[in-house]
Amino acid sequence: MADGAMKSPLVQVRGLKMHFPIHAGLLRRKVGAVKAVDGVSFDIFEGETLGLVGESGCGKSTVGRALLRLYELTEGSVVIDGEDIATLAPDALRKKRPTMQMVFQDPQASLNPRMTVAAIIGEPLDEHTGWDAAKKTARVYELMDQVGLNRRFANRYPHEFSGGQRQRIGIARALALNPKFIVCDEPIAALDVSIQAQVVNLLEDLQDRLGLTYLFISHDLSMVRHIADRVAVMYLGQIAELSPREALYARPLHPYAEALLSAVPEPDPTMESRRQRIILKGDVPSPANPPKGCNFCTRCPKVMAVCREVEPRLAEVEPGRFVACHLFDNNAGGQASPGAEVREHNQQGEQR
Amino acid sequence: MPDGAAPVLDVRGLKTVFRTRGGEIHAVNSVSFHLRPGELLGVVGESGSGKSVTMMSLIGLLPSPPAEVRAGEVLLGGRDLLKLQPRELQEVRGAKVGFVFQDPMTSLNPVFTVGNQIMEPLMKHMGMSKAQAETRAAELLALVGIPDAKKRLKSYPHQFSGGMRQRVMIAIALACDPDVLIADEPTTALDVTIQAQIIELVKELRQKLGMAIVWITHDLGVIAGIADRVMVMYGGQVVEQAPVRELFSNPQHPYTRALLKTVPSLTGERAARLEVIQGQPPILAGEPVACPFRARCAHAFDRCHAENPLRRAIDGRPVGQGHDVACHWSAGGAHG
Repeated sequence: MADGAMKSPLVQVRGLKMHFPIHAGLLRRKVGAVKAVDGVSFDIFEGETLGLVGESGCGKSTVGRALLRLYELTEGSVVIDGEDIATLAPDALRKKRPTMQMVFQDPQASLNPRMTVAAIIGEPLDEHTGWDAAKKTARVYELMDQVGLNRRFANRYPHEFSGGQRQRIGIARALALNPKFIVCDEPIAALDVSIQAQVVNLLEDLQDRLGLTYLFISHDLSMVRHIADRVAVMYLGQIAELSPREALYARPLHPYAEALLSAVPEPDPTMESRRQRIILKGDVPSPANPPKGCNFCTRCPKVMAVCREVEPRLAEVEPGRFVACHLFDNNAGGQASPGAEVREHNQQGEQR
Repeated sequence: MPDGAAPVLDVRGLKTVFRTRGGEIHAVNSVSFHLRPGELLGVVGESGSGKSVTMMSLIGLLPSPPAEVRAGEVLLGGRDLLKLQPRELQEVRGAKVGFVFQDPMTSLNPVFTVGNQIMEPLMKHMGMSKAQAETRAAELLALVGIPDAKKRLKSYPHQFSGGMRQRVMIAIALACDPDVLIADEPTTALDVTIQAQIIELVKELRQKLGMAIVWITHDLGVIAGIADRVMVMYGGQVVEQAPVRELFSNPQHPYTRALLKTVPSLTGERAARLEVIQGQPPILAGEPVACPFRARCAHAFDRCHAENPLRRAIDGRPVGQGHDVACHWSAGGAHG
């Protein structure tokens, strides 16, 4: 949906926090919390793909799971299609589930080895519809056609399939109940390079045909550039930058986004030999004990005094571009939140 | 890297077979390559292409049975490693050939300190005393960029992060100053920013120590950044081999061409759709009698189904020296 014809947001996340308690000692008292996700807000518009990228441990998968309320949220709201699923009662939540589904990373682990393909794809239908067997079978076949699986394989078991085909089974299961919104949690990470493209193309085709909305979680920045309309870069439980795809890849604003993009190797020897990399020093701090101020201040090449004291807020610094960084304090016009008014100028923008 | 320099490692016609209940799996089929002093050879391929099995066969790391190295020569410093007794081979491993594995978590022993594990090869292969080994181990840790090296010798693997553990693995592999370092997907389990750190480190160490490196990966981007020469493997065979720039600018084998197109770019034009290699990688049962890529190849013709192509040079230089490819279609020059 790059045509600017942005519809209303299908998913609205506000102040999402997901803290996991740490218990220690003889009495297993709570001694702290792992702040896996610590105050994340964003929108996903109808029909778009939002890419969510970051390194392992940054909380991107936790966000994906929290969005479907696979966890009980610590704080914040997740409004999907007009309903806040964070506070829905169990009954109402169950009725809501068909609209939101998930595709998991490991197609081996997320499919029951003792169930046939037909049973796996049909299970959501057993749970959520009162259809008779014939209608269900017809739907299972239809789904298998949609994801490019041969109908003859309906009675086979997951181990008889290759990784790419297994991922197709997982996708068919997610599609069974005609969802509007699908969280794809690293759907291609476990697949070989030559198979990844097949699955990504399938996801794109399905989106076009069925008008799906995706949250595409991945650490593969090149693939996210291909599939996403907008991209959120996470670091240590927070969003560092959220920008439209082209803008982010052409000129990342947040120093972490810049370093992350510069670290991705390009399959082009001539370019690789010329490239100036930003090599970040050290490792990601523990989310149980994040640094004071900006959570990136321990590794940031552009760190300032204020970064170690004051936590930056995510603010719109250019139209459509949200950045949480003190370098852009002047652009943001104080501390705005997503959706706030935009200032016109920016320091780095036009000359490049 | 003068072409004339004698190779440090010369592998000829290596064949490795796994005996399984379902029959023989020919995982490595007549693989030949060499490594010149100070050179970095990149090996690219998907899982199951035989790249790891090739390297493990070289130094007898595969359990036998089921694995059996059926044919070939592996010449290192004038000796054929495949003819050595197990004890002699143990001398070669660690001392002459260093190995860095993909997963730094599982390749370090969790119950020994890091210092202990670096000192082991030093005392075993170099005959150092404990005190000497400790000094050298601290030097090695400092060399791979671990701060406060002396103190960290007493730490256990779980006290290090993933990137740090991979640095420790590299320190162990380098401990005895090997002629050849084999790195099997050393950055695959790491995040990109940490991967960038490790790649920088290896580049730096190469300049300092000048050893020859085999770097196995499925990531064409990593290869583009560090390799001198690239060998592309598919279905247990070398399908194409060329200097790195030549390979990326003038790929010949249909598999290499397709592979380069399926990877989306970070810069440059964004394709509306990704190019796809249809189908699945082959199952390598039985002796290969045809091209392993035939079922997925857009250019396959009769001959591809009847005869397994041999590697053929396309630039007039001997096979292995310049650019060679194992393909009936591209050898015919039909594509211009």
